[in-house]
Amino acid sequence: MAVITIREALKQALREEMIRDERVFLMGEDIGPYGGAFAVTKGLYEEFGEERVRDTPIAEGVIAGAAMGAAVGGQRPVAEIMTINFALLTLDQMANHAAKMHHMFGGQWSVPMVLRMAAGWGQLSATHSQTLEVLFAHFPGLKVVFPGTPADSKGMLKAAIRDLDPVIFIEHTSLYGVKGEVPEGDFVVPLGKSDIKRAGQHCTIVTYGRMLQQALEAAKTLANDGIEAEIVDLRTLRPLDIAPVIESVQKTNHAIVVTEEWPTYGVNAEIAARISRDAFDYLDAPVERVGSKEVPLPYAKNLEQYALPWAKDVVTAVKATLA
Amino acid sequence: MSTAAVKKAGKASPNGEAQVSERPMPDRETLQQWYREMVLIRRFEEEARVAYQQGKIGGFLHLYIGEEAIAVGAIHALRPQDHIVTHYRDHGHALVRGLDPQRLMAELYGKATGVAKGRGGSMHFADTSKNFWGGYAIVAGHLTIAVGLALAAQRTKEDRVAMVFFGDGSTDNGQFYECLNLAALWKLPVIFMCENNQYGMGVAIEKASAVLDVHHKARMANIESVQVDGMNALAVHEAVQQAVEYTRSGKGPYFIEALCYRYQGHSVADPDKYRDPEKLEEWKKRDAIERVRSLLVEQGLTDEDIALINADVERQIKEIVAFAEASPAPDISTLYDHTYAEPEHQAMVAPAT
Ligand SMILES: Cc1ncc(C[n+]2csc(CCOP(=O)(O)OP(=O)(O)O)c2C)c(N)n1
Ligand SMILES: [Mg+2]
Repeated sequence: MAVITIREALKQALREEMIRDERVFLMGEDIGPYGGAFAVTKGLYEEFGEERVRDTPIAEGVIAGAAMGAAVGGQRPVAEIMTINFALLTLDQMANHAAKMHHMFGGQWSVPMVLRMAAGWGQLSATHSQTLEVLFAHFPGLKVVFPGTPADSKGMLKAAIRDLDPVIFIEHTSLYGVKGEVPEGDFVVPLGKSDIKRAGQHCTIVTYGRMLQQALEAAKTLANDGIEAEIVDLRTLRPLDIAPVIESVQKTNHAIVVTEEWPTYGVNAEIAARISRDAFDYLDAPVERVGSKEVPLPYAKNLEQYALPWAKDVVTAVKATLA
Repeated sequence: MSTAAVKKAGKASPNGEAQVSERPMPDRETLQQWYREMVLIRRFEEEARVAYQQGKIGGFLHLYIGEEAIAVGAIHALRPQDHIVTHYRDHGHALVRGLDPQRLMAELYGKATGVAKGRGGSMHFADTSKNFWGGYAIVAGHLTIAVGLALAAQRTKEDRVAMVFFGDGSTDNGQFYECLNLAALWKLPVIFMCENNQYGMGVAIEKASAVLDVHHKARMANIESVQVDGMNALAVHEAVQQAVEYTRSGKGPYFIEALCYRYQGHSVADPDKYRDPEKLEEWKKRDAIERVRSLLVEQGLTDEDIALINADVERQIKEIVAFAEASPAPDISTLYDHTYAEPEHQAMVAPAT
């Protein structure tokens, strides 16, 4: 198996799907000759030309909306929104149209589109550092994918492109360089399936995206202290595959939900509620949550680092839960 | 409503000539001040770039170098009570408006003494005491704020206009059109100041906009508009004077497109591989600072006089950097400060979990 970065894995998925299916095309800001703000599409413009790798104006509403229309018209668009912060400008199109069409018109047609976007931060201040997946995950009708490994990034992007429904596909800027093994060939990872990324018997860490990597790091530290954490990677936030989470908690009796978002009204609030209800009799301690401090993310490095969740915060939360 | 008359004031091109001025030339003292300010912007940003490369400044650093004539020409045509809203490429506007350069540099360094106490960084300079209502980083998202400030001024019958700076790339976004239409409909005293550097990140205007004379987009809302040479502070100044007079007389908004070219990549992190270096050299021949410098020489300043100004800027730059370096980082205990303005609710802000 080849060891490649998440950036490379995503590009492979796009490239393979474009070769496989003529209907697949890309559109977004700076994705053409520039190669994408995070270099995910680098080389695709040269290979496929400007008809299939389309630079767009800075107009997120119509990027998402036109991709949706093209999907309705039988195409398989993969639109890129430079960062998730600008995806707020797509929310009306995605929530009021893309999420609704299949249902509202009695199942006559669906919207097979992918909206890719990068989450992340890096002293970019409050408007450019947000963790917003929960906004999209709120809507029945949208699917939300947030992979944390190269293999999942490739396999799930391919699945998303083939999916009949609108998929919000979230990447994380701090993960683009993360390396890992990716099976060769037509490797597809189905959407809507949580995955055990590490087996353990003492506690269950539920996570996804960047925090999966932080949780894996935390698990190593915990192992040195004799604590074996099981890590459940949600990967798809909607539709949510909660069964592996519940099964794991039934085994470990302790649950820590680890996300990068603000915990209040977050994905981790939903997971905590499900565990509290469905595994209530198995819990030896209240479900613990790890997330960002509840404040717009400041620019200053010391404040930013302090406000964000890290592996050490996971370690602390696990130990507190087990104490 | 009649169709707006769209005027062209000397369509600028790399070889374009300055428009012939109908107004008296600013006096020597004024020109000297403009020269000093432009040199200060450039030197301030060069120092910031060095600090960025040394890791003392983080995030994005979008330089204004090459576009200085617009801030100087435009802001000096405003009065102190006039509002300013701008985008993330905001260093030049803030310096010309008279925000404390030391506190601006401290903001870049993420220090507690910065204008936003280290919360905002490069993209978010602000100082309400100067009616400078901030730099914003959501492209085209901030035009609304100027429209709203103008609405407030209209309601209170205050003699104020609001000016908003934005790039050519912003004019392709839906929010841009909403703002133009509402401002025109309600005759709001807002001046739309488009800095057309012909690129939005790595995408050339030809690949992003169906309309290349950006100011023609103002026609959509019957807004008066003009295109000026953004490398020429005098031309910008004159256009804005005209716009302020027009807008103050209650006729509604005005749109100015200033043609320019940034000398650097989109931000310091951008290697700028997509632009033709020769074209950049052409634009540099029309450098805004050089233009005012030669005017000063025509008016009798010697090279020595100019060297004295430059030396004075250097002295100031040293103080600016020293202040930023010596300032403390924000204390961690202040993390939650300013989440809410209501003290009672701010007191409720506490770590979740
Ligand atoms: C809504 C939104 N989309 C995308 C971006 C990313 N972005 C930042 S600056 C920029 C280019 C803007 O170009 P322009 O308006 O011409 O201003 P310039 O940088 O040239 O001064 C882009 C695409 C953003 N900040 N906001
Ligand atoms: Mg531009």
